[in-house]
Amino acid sequence: MLELFLGAETLSSTIRLSVPLILACLAGLWSERSGIVDIGLEGKMLIGAFAAASTAAFYGNAWLALLVAIVVSLAFALVHGYAAINQKGNQVVSGVAINMLAAGLAVVLGNEWFREGGRTPPLPEPARFMPIDLPGFSALYDVPVLGALARIVSGHSLLTYITIALVPLTAWALARTRFGLRLRAVGENPHAVDTAGISVARLRYQAVIIAGVLCGIAGTYIATSLSASFVRDMTAGRGFMALAALIFANWRAWPALWACLLFGYLQAMGTRLQGVKFGTFEIPVQFINMLPYVMTVVLLAGFIGKSIPPKASGIPYSKDR
Amino acid sequence: MTPAQDTPAIELIGIDKRFGPVHANKDVNLTINQGSIHGIIGENGAGKSTLMSILFGFYHADKGEIRVKGQPLRIKSSSDAIAHGIGMVHQHFMLVDTFTVLENVVLGAEGGALIGPALAKAREALAHLAQEYDMDVDPDAIIGELPVGLQQRVEILKALFKGAETLILDEPTGVLTPDEADHLFRILGQLRDQGKTVILITHKLREIMAITDRVTVMRRGEVVANFETKKTSVEELAEAMVGRRVLLHVDKGPAKPREVVLDVRNVTWKDKKGIARVDNVSFTVRAGEIVGIAGVSGNGQSELLDVISGITRPTSGEIIFEGKSIGELADPRHLREEGLAHVPEDRQHRGLITSFDASESAILGWHYDESLGHGFRLDRGKVVNRTRKEMEEFDVRPANPLLKSGKFSGGNQQKIILAREIARDPDLLIVGQPTRGVDIGAIEFIHKRLIHLRDQGKAILLVSVELDEIRSLSDRIIVMFAGKVMGERDATANERELGLLMAGVNKEAA
Amino acid sequence: MSARGELPGWADVALIPALNLIVALLVSGVVVLIIGENPLEAMWIMLKGAVGSIKGWGYLLYYATNFIFTGLAVAVAFHAGLFNIGGEGQAYFAGLGATVVGLSFEFLPWPLLIPLAILASALFGAFWGFVPGYLQAKRGSHIVITTIMFNFIASSLMVYIINYWLRPVGKMAVESRAIGSFDFQTFDLTGAYIPSFRELTLAIFGYRLPSTPLNPSFFLALAVAWGVWYFLWRTKLGYEVRAVGANTDAAIYAGIRPQKIIMVAMAISGGLAGLLAVNEVMGAQHRLVLEYVQGAGFVGIAVALMGRSHPVGIVLAALLFGLLYQGGTELSFAKPEINRDMIVVIQGLVILFMGALEQTFRPWLSALLFKAED
Repeated sequence: MLELFLGAETLSSTIRLSVPLILACLAGLWSERSGIVDIGLEGKMLIGAFAAASTAAFYGNAWLALLVAIVVSLAFALVHGYAAINQKGNQVVSGVAINMLAAGLAVVLGNEWFREGGRTPPLPEPARFMPIDLPGFSALYDVPVLGALARIVSGHSLLTYITIALVPLTAWALARTRFGLRLRAVGENPHAVDTAGISVARLRYQAVIIAGVLCGIAGTYIATSLSASFVRDMTAGRGFMALAALIFANWRAWPALWACLLFGYLQAMGTRLQGVKFGTFEIPVQFINMLPYVMTVVLLAGFIGKSIPPKASGIPYSKDR
Repeated sequence: MTPAQDTPAIELIGIDKRFGPVHANKDVNLTINQGSIHGIIGENGAGKSTLMSILFGFYHADKGEIRVKGQPLRIKSSSDAIAHGIGMVHQHFMLVDTFTVLENVVLGAEGGALIGPALAKAREALAHLAQEYDMDVDPDAIIGELPVGLQQRVEILKALFKGAETLILDEPTGVLTPDEADHLFRILGQLRDQGKTVILITHKLREIMAITDRVTVMRRGEVVANFETKKTSVEELAEAMVGRRVLLHVDKGPAKPREVVLDVRNVTWKDKKGIARVDNVSFTVRAGEIVGIAGVSGNGQSELLDVISGITRPTSGEIIFEGKSIGELADPRHLREEGLAHVPEDRQHRGLITSFDASESAILGWHYDESLGHGFRLDRGKVVNRTRKEMEEFDVRPANPLLKSGKFSGGNQQKIILAREIARDPDLLIVGQPTRGVDIGAIEFIHKRLIHLRDQGKAILLVSVELDEIRSLSDRIIVMFAGKVMGERDATANERELGLLMAGVNKEAA
Repeated sequence: MSARGELPGWADVALIPALNLIVALLVSGVVVLIIGENPLEAMWIMLKGAVGSIKGWGYLLYYATNFIFTGLAVAVAFHAGLFNIGGEGQAYFAGLGATVVGLSFEFLPWPLLIPLAILASALFGAFWGFVPGYLQAKRGSHIVITTIMFNFIASSLMVYIINYWLRPVGKMAVESRAIGSFDFQTFDLTGAYIPSFRELTLAIFGYRLPSTPLNPSFFLALAVAWGVWYFLWRTKLGYEVRAVGANTDAAIYAGIRPQKIIMVAMAISGGLAGLLAVNEVMGAQHRLVLEYVQGAGFVGIAVALMGRSHPVGIVLAALLFGLLYQGGTELSFAKPEINRDMIVVIQGLVILFMGALEQTFRPWLSALLFKAED
């Protein structure tokens, strides 16, 4: 029982499943802290996953796959930026459009390139980001207690460790750097930024670019680490779950990590509890699956705590008020 | 002392600026001496804020030159202005509510990729400034949690931290309590004594008289007068500000006031920040008379209208309409049914829906009426016919009920609204800015119509920032200033007297 | 803004959508080129596949039926100033209404049961729309986020309900049992089963149409489109909905309560999306199938944007998307190189150009028009 809920395997899979959530959540965090609502996380991850899987399939190089995924995801991010910043368009509508474009394009191009109905062929190990043993940890695997811990911490792909490192980096950059300060300011009161002589559009583009890069990494992870190929709709709503986590985290980096780990844990449990019976009772995994969304609705309705988005998010900036 | 002392801090030469059809600044020339407090006074819409926004690089002038300390400059953005030692405290504070005082102060002046050093420097500078100018603020306080007076102080500190030599303040006392305002003036005085230049934009004469060295009066986008404060008087300023206007001639006989229709008793309305926008206001309006509320805009008239028409609830006090207290039950629909009609101040944003066609705007607020269709139905034919009739009666052009509301001229829009509001034979009509942005022909028409209504025995409450309109229509005049009733006069009151009341000076009380 | 920048009505209603569609198609054409096919040929195959045969038309109208419902759903919310992304979940949940009522009251004669099941579809959909509306109006939760969350909640909830409650014992496929049947020889109609036109013509005239799922729901969709028009422009409540959406301040001035209108509009919006269950569950699949909505809720966004939120425009846009869907299917048969998901790309482009980049064409279009006038 305890093994099922808190065993090394469950927790290790929690980390694996959390990584794309964390990346997307950080992407959303950068974007929304600058005042740009990003419903298109899902689409950017998906097109990133497709780009990564395709590149890896063609060239067999995981790093090249990562690079291409970032570039492609970035292109989609810039479309969103153009619509939201230059054209002052509706950011939600733009995000919806990007999700559809990504979903459609990935399958259409994938079908043409690989003729498997939108799938990409299974990737060989060199084309993937494979689990790596942290130096020294493998020696611990057989030690009781400590070994379990070592197996949770070690044995993930390099992208996982990069992702985890991005959390403190994000928190630090937002809190301590000039860029972070200005970015936070522009999401709260762009007028204050403009009158301080700083370009609102430029800051917001920078945020959108970061979001694009992070979604590209997330897509790469999903296609080359979590799985070994691209299949249609393989992001499976992770972009939206990341948005939910972002709300939970109140648009802050460390809480975002915890929220994503929680949601990742729920995902892991959803898989592991499939068909598991406690006596005659079977936990319906669907309820575990919907839990993150239900929790977010309850939170947003202000029944537990309060979540306050950046004040200017979603509002196109113009000098006149 | 030094020769630099003689060069003006700021010179504006031939500044001209248009926003579409609005000519906000017309060939403005202005010289501001170093180490002085220079007031710029004028009514709302006189072009003061636009002029200062141009100086601060927020807008670009269509024509004209800016010189700072004798140097001609091209100020392309706020950062140029800041770099040349110009700081501005905007009417709406440019602060980030979720930031600490320090973070707000260093924003835009971080000095490096990391903000740590700048924060430390700002902390030191703040301590210094606090001592120098008696401007104590907790550097780690969150802005959103500070009272408005302190937020304003942060704005000033922010400008000083960025090296401002010239400080522009746009209506700084609008949000302050009298005590806070006094403190602000002390600070400004100290700044001047330290050699800084202060530009104070305001519409309050008292402030000008109290602290400025020189004053420039603006009216309708132009500079109309410059004075040395010592050598002028409140009266002279009021006159220059309001201008000698030709009293519109309106034919009207004496009023025959009857019973009290509207009785406003000690009504106060406080905004979210707890500031009383309407402050203990009492007055009555009788059937058969027009009561005019005069005042520079932003002195609580709009809020008063909202409270009376049921759009917002008063914080305290009572409103009696035809003998019934509407305090708790008040909502616009209820009141309308009881016989209170309302021509709102803001035609475009409230009076009608610009994307609807005229006939649909012409039923706004009455749309549920049985005469427009039974039960849930809205009978298009009836709506259009009714509107067509109203349009003919009120000479709306074009008399096309199917044209989008937004496509009509201001005057015709106003006629549509007025027709709608008086069609149901109300007992009380409250009218906000009936002729703002309306052409002369329509003004005359609307004025005649209001007098006609009065003579029919309706009670009319008129709010207008146009003093001549108030004077030519009203039987009694109430002047509001800073949310309070400054005084009540009859229709014969002269312009200067009213102008003083509007500027917050009550000779009788003083 | 300035009078000069404003476009004449006809340009706004017809020209901009047409122009945006052309650009969307051009970009899609580029995608077709990239995968090494001839866009014109592809277009021709799509057209022929959709309107070149009775079967094509049947599918076109069948798809259009779904899109009319979801397009109207999005449009009603738009008119109230709300963005309902939850059509997908509302339609999905509505399927439960149709199924539960259909199965529970199987014993009722169809003239009673079918209207009842239609009503249940609308009500279940309305409920799934009302809750986010309520949360927006009373608790200030952002409608966009809540409706997205409700899509996912519906998705999981329905898996559970279908799997554990509705799936017949021993059946592998995750779907309910059939909600009725129709025997065209005896004209024996049971349950909440809406027969297809093929079945009906066979039963009545003995004429065999090609096999398509098109059924009388199409007429329901047209009637509902008229109803939505009537509601919005010919009723007092519809007036209030539009007033709140167009100018909330003016609506408040007029004594309209925006909170109430938000809840009403979201319930109606959800109800409209819910009617999709009539076409799919009652009319086409005759059972509740997992994930049966198949993205039609999102197509509604494109349809509403394209149709300028007007029922006439929506019906036309729905037909266009029906054409794209049917043509796209045919295209993917004829040219396996071009996947059917090409339609999703076009859909995304339409939403991008009609919704988010709406303003892009305006300046130069109005410059062009005014230049011509001068």
